[in-house]
Amino acid sequence: MAENKLLKVEGLKLYFRTTGGNVQAVDGVNFDLDYNRAVVILGESGCGKSSLAKAILRLLPRNVGEYGGKINIDGLDVMELDDETYRKDVRWVKMSLVPQAAMNALNPVLRVGDQVAEPAIIHLGMNREEAMNVARKMFQHVGVPVDFLARYPFELSGGMRQRVAIAMALVTSPNLIILDEPTSALDVLTQANIFNVLKRLKKELGISFILITHDIATSSELADEVAVMYAGQIVEVGDAARFFDEPLHPYSKKLMASVPRLRGTKELEFITGQPPSLINLKPGCRFAPRCPLRYEKCDQEPPVVEKEGRKVKCWLHA
Amino acid sequence: MIYENKPNLTNMTQQRESLLSIKNLRVWFELRRWGFGLAGHVRAVDNVSFELGRGEAIAVVGESGCGKSSLMKTLLGLYKPTSGDITFEGKNLKDFDSEGMRSYHARVGYVQQDPFGALAPFLSVERILEEPLIIGGVKSKEERLQRIKKVMQEVKLMPFEDFLGKFPHMLSGGQQQRVVIARAMIMEPRFLVADEPVSMLDASVRVEILKLLRGLQTTHNLSVIYITHDLSTVSYFSERIFVMYAGQIIEKAKVRDLLDDAKHPYTVALLNGTSEPDANNAKTFKEVPPGEPPSLVKPPAGCRFHPRCAHMIAGTCDIKEPEEYEPTPGHFVHCWLYDKKQ
Repeated sequence: MAENKLLKVEGLKLYFRTTGGNVQAVDGVNFDLDYNRAVVILGESGCGKSSLAKAILRLLPRNVGEYGGKINIDGLDVMELDDETYRKDVRWVKMSLVPQAAMNALNPVLRVGDQVAEPAIIHLGMNREEAMNVARKMFQHVGVPVDFLARYPFELSGGMRQRVAIAMALVTSPNLIILDEPTSALDVLTQANIFNVLKRLKKELGISFILITHDIATSSELADEVAVMYAGQIVEVGDAARFFDEPLHPYSKKLMASVPRLRGTKELEFITGQPPSLINLKPGCRFAPRCPLRYEKCDQEPPVVEKEGRKVKCWLHA
Repeated sequence: MIYENKPNLTNMTQQRESLLSIKNLRVWFELRRWGFGLAGHVRAVDNVSFELGRGEAIAVVGESGCGKSSLMKTLLGLYKPTSGDITFEGKNLKDFDSEGMRSYHARVGYVQQDPFGALAPFLSVERILEEPLIIGGVKSKEERLQRIKKVMQEVKLMPFEDFLGKFPHMLSGGQQQRVVIARAMIMEPRFLVADEPVSMLDASVRVEILKLLRGLQTTHNLSVIYITHDLSTVSYFSERIFVMYAGQIIEKAKVRDLLDDAKHPYTVALLNGTSEPDANNAKTFKEVPPGEPPSLVKPPAGCRFHPRCAHMIAGTCDIKEPEEYEPTPGHFVHCWLYDKKQ
């Protein structure tokens, strides 16, 4: 079974050391992803979704308190590898990242073509000529005119720069791309354009995506599966169509009820209270203090229940 | 229910006394070559007219660079109009001296887009809220504190003892935005300009802030101009929508009319581009008009949307600027497709 999974994450943990104690940013996350599929990691700010991306890519800051668990990509157990081998053989080769606000992170004094070609030179050992050819091809895939290769970032619009950032992630032809809030700063039509590009890449190149976002409405543009994160843990994961029809976890339900609909007349709901601090977490369900359906059992750690192929971490479904 | 589709909304709008009236407003910025020598104009706002009634909430929708922020800043008195008139309670903004402008500013509240950027990092919440009162000439410290407490109660920053001494970085995004709203409300303004007030917030906090603004609007009979690029929140907030493209308002209508029966091809494209949570989205490609919004230095002749428009009528749309048509009562559109003579 393990062979046909692109990515298997088991018990992934990433704690940050601070003066107040360990911040449990990612705490025991499990999920897997098939080839040519897209999973959306949904969650509010501070729930650990960006840390999850960093943990998968092992892009760690200095103050790591604890980092462990299992990550298996393409049948390769990458947690066993040392940092140098990981950098050479995994990062940007097997999977790459489009970081948050990537379009504003391009080097302003280098031509975008050179920036896109760079990973191919470093990771695949191509010479500049070959790498530029690959970059040219990738520009076509993401819908940027090829003569933009010689332009500088300031000469491009936001949407074009975002496409360039995606091209940069594509240039080493990885199987998996992690997108961290790829469209949150863009206009509606530009957003729609970027998602069209991503859908086409998925269809034509067979790439898998992990899409990290807080925007439920646009996440449905790409999602095959949805994983909902709350306070460092995944509380629900499963098929996207069924999630959008009927979320299982009380938190997911509340989240869905807070999404404004274009022609909606239903009153929007919000969740009272605030997410817990990720330091010194109390035992039991982390959503319980804000949950309208809480009962005595919620003081104990909830089990992960499998329900018709979907998984939910909640006592109500046990 | 936040959005109430009142059947007599038209009558209400007509009966409403006008608070702010804008006629043929142009805001052009000069472009200079090497610091002198005119190189042209950025036509950020070009020939915009509308009326805002007392207690009415309107939404201005458009993409970045369409001129909606320039329009807003002109209404706030931060930019001078190149031509055209802004009339507030019967008085032309042009005629205000510096004293008059100050009292105008006290009657206009401004809610910024990024709450953290809008709050001075070294000032406590108390100091942030006190500042407008000091400038507004409220001399007694006691009275200032009373008013701060009152406004904090309204925006639900309770209990105030907990918040008064805090600095912006100690607050969550939602709380920061409440402080920004409190600051906008503290001079008891007649109208509020909210520039993307919820775009930086999480889904659930977004709903709280939208409800708060809607509540303030009804209890104080405030007029609100709500600037956004996100059509999906509009129906929960406003009564009329204005769609802006390349410096012009191209469509004006009541919220329901616009959402259910958009006329302008650009508005239709915006509506189609807006996502709703639906798993079928992943299976289809979205239809997006080709190209990007034009430069405001040399906007296309005729209708400014014509190079991207699928319904372009050659010989008309690319030559003459469309007038305002009213295909159904109260629904205005700048598009040749609705010209009866065509």
